Amino acid sequence: MDSNEATTSESVSKKKGKTKKLKRKVKPDEAPVQEMDQAEGEETEKKSVSEACLPPTFSVSEIKNKQRRHSMFLKLKEEKRKQKLELKKKKKKERKALGDKAPPKEVPKTIENQRIYDETTVNPEDEEVAFDEGTDEFSAYFNRLTNPKVLITTSDRPRGRTVRLCEQLATVIPHAHVYYRRGLALKRVIPQCVSRGFTYLMVINEDRKVPNGLVLCHLPDGPTAHFKVSNVRLRKEMKRRGKDPTEHVPEVILNNFTTRLGHSIGRLFAALFPHDPQFVGRQVATFHNQRDFIFFRFHRYIFKNEKKVGIQELGPRFTLKLRSLQKGTFDSKFGEYEWVHKRHEMDSSRRKFHL
Amino acid sequence: MAAKSQICSIWLGSETGILKGVSLTKKQAFNFCEMSCLSRDQEVCVMAWGDPQESEVLVGSVNGTVKTFSTDKGIFTETRECGDPSQGRFTGLAVTDSSMITCVESGLLKVWKEGSTETVEVNVGNGICRMQQNPSQRHRVATGGKENPLKVWDLERPDKPIFSAKNVAHDWLDMRVPVWVRDIGFIPDSDKIVTCTGHHQVRVYDPSTPQRRPVLEAQFGEYPLTALSLPASQGTVVVGNTHGELAILDLRKGLVRGCLKGLAGAVRGLQCHPSLPLVASCGLDRFLRVHSLEDHSLQHKVYLKSRLNCVLLSSRELESSSADDSGDVEEVKAEEEEDEVWDTMETVMEKTKKRAAQKNEATVTGVDGKKKRKLVKK
Repeated sequence: MDSNEATTSESVSKKKGKTKKLKRKVKPDEAPVQEMDQAEGEETEKKSVSEACLPPTFSVSEIKNKQRRHSMFLKLKEEKRKQKLELKKKKKKERKALGDKAPPKEVPKTIENQRIYDETTVNPEDEEVAFDEGTDEFSAYFNRLTNPKVLITTSDRPRGRTVRLCEQLATVIPHAHVYYRRGLALKRVIPQCVSRGFTYLMVINEDRKVPNGLVLCHLPDGPTAHFKVSNVRLRKEMKRRGKDPTEHVPEVILNNFTTRLGHSIGRLFAALFPHDPQFVGRQVATFHNQRDFIFFRFHRYIFKNEKKVGIQELGPRFTLKLRSLQKGTFDSKFGEYEWVHKRHEMDSSRRKFHL
Repeated sequence: MAAKSQICSIWLGSETGILKGVSLTKKQAFNFCEMSCLSRDQEVCVMAWGDPQESEVLVGSVNGTVKTFSTDKGIFTETRECGDPSQGRFTGLAVTDSSMITCVESGLLKVWKEGSTETVEVNVGNGICRMQQNPSQRHRVATGGKENPLKVWDLERPDKPIFSAKNVAHDWLDMRVPVWVRDIGFIPDSDKIVTCTGHHQVRVYDPSTPQRRPVLEAQFGEYPLTALSLPASQGTVVVGNTHGELAILDLRKGLVRGCLKGLAGAVRGLQCHPSLPLVASCGLDRFLRVHSLEDHSLQHKVYLKSRLNCVLLSSRELESSSADDSGDVEEVKAEEEEDEVWDTMETVMEKTKKRAAQKNEATVTGVDGKKKRKLVKK
């Protein structure tokens, strides 16, 4: 008897330790009564106990014991997942059963779907905007009167990553030259660039050995854009990348620049590259705008057949966000700004974008 | 065309050379341009009213022509050659009785008399940024620019300025403070002149005192102030800078009263309404915005597809906004008249009911017209 009692009490305590049985805690005195097949007994007891004593407003968070609470939560999640799967299966069955008469699939809401309509979105047939773009500072490039020539430099005393980014950018952008910035003032560099026939000045700003800003200045008298650079991946860090890019002129893809400001920035990027891409090189540079972030990628593609294409990513990748667009060449103190990013006024809505 | 131009209450000049008219009540914007032969050298630099009745708009372009646009007819009626592009852009345009005053960047201020080809020329110095006419004494103009201090000229005695400002004393490093007058305003009912500079200073000068230095100096922001306007209420000035910050400054102490939010680009043109507390601003972000000066809120925002250089408000703005009110008042009056018609038709009972309703201001019963009449009474 004693030994039996001892054993039963031990097994009871073990079960208590097993944690899964909350009801065990509620009715511990029933445990020593049961003798054999205690597993079955537990379950029946549990069921009766659950029906009897589970309060209706019980929530998992009220259990003080962390292990038991965690296990209860996992059980709850499992049940919910099962219910969700069942619901999905049921819906799929119904849909199949209805066949053609099924209601159309609901489109999930995304931030791009819910974007607030921007009134400055450019209508392709708009004459005034066409005239404006036809006679602005980029008209010389778009009328094929000039060829791009880019000067890439950094802020003073650049460190490793920035230097390598400049070198890699120079391979990506044709007719690009990297120069060391010897602490020279940009306002003095610009007239010299103009006299030597450069069309673009690109300054990569560095902070604590990491590139974080980009100033892109269109040269004769063109606008200056200041970007925030993030998520820079150099060639060495790219996974499954192809061989180094060749000297061929790449194609340019500009995605999703819809508003008037987006148009200006898109033209700014387009004018970096020469007009006629060499399709032999099969290289393409993409500037993809999504939610006001511009993603730069450089790929090599190959058409396997009419419908399938394989791509390899070469070259650096980075993300840009526009901070300001200034009319005229670089003059941050006295220049007039066409667009300045004002965080508190412009970032108040999650669904409003400006590019 | 004529119908469109007659309802426009705000006129804007753009960089593409198009004159735009905006009607805020109808919420429409119209382009008035000569045919489709636009070019960048017709970019509008200055605009002014051609006559006190505001029926003509004078538009000065980069190529040196001044065009007259009639708001009644809706077409450009006249074009005058008033200089050539080599002397710089127009920085000021004004009209006195029977003559037109133009000023260019190189400092050549010309008075063009109607009918005769002779002009009175004054050289006001190089690097002029602005020339402004005194609205109460129309033969006086003020000019100022980069390294060209404020000077007030009387056109009847054009050889010497009647007032020339002196630069402020050296700063705390004992260095000369640079001068860059960007915009000028004449304070009404007094002799004082307020200027805003490219070094983010707002200064008030008083020519009636022997002091040639500014009477008041205030600073705002860190960017050049490009435009200035004086509202109808005395003692304040609205300024805008190249970052799109609009601020209302108090001219008694030189403090910033408040900022008007919403602009994203440099402010090129700013004008306050002559009687209502409204200010219209236009700039490089291609929007026209009308703010209320009392609660600093944005009243209207219009997208006009080109960068805008100048803005002109007509006092008709008053009529348009009061037209809405008068519209309501008219409606109410019409309903009152209707009520009177009903009164004459119906029995005395109705009248007593109405009188009772008028006497007490209790809950309204009866026809809707009564309710509205009560509102009017309130």
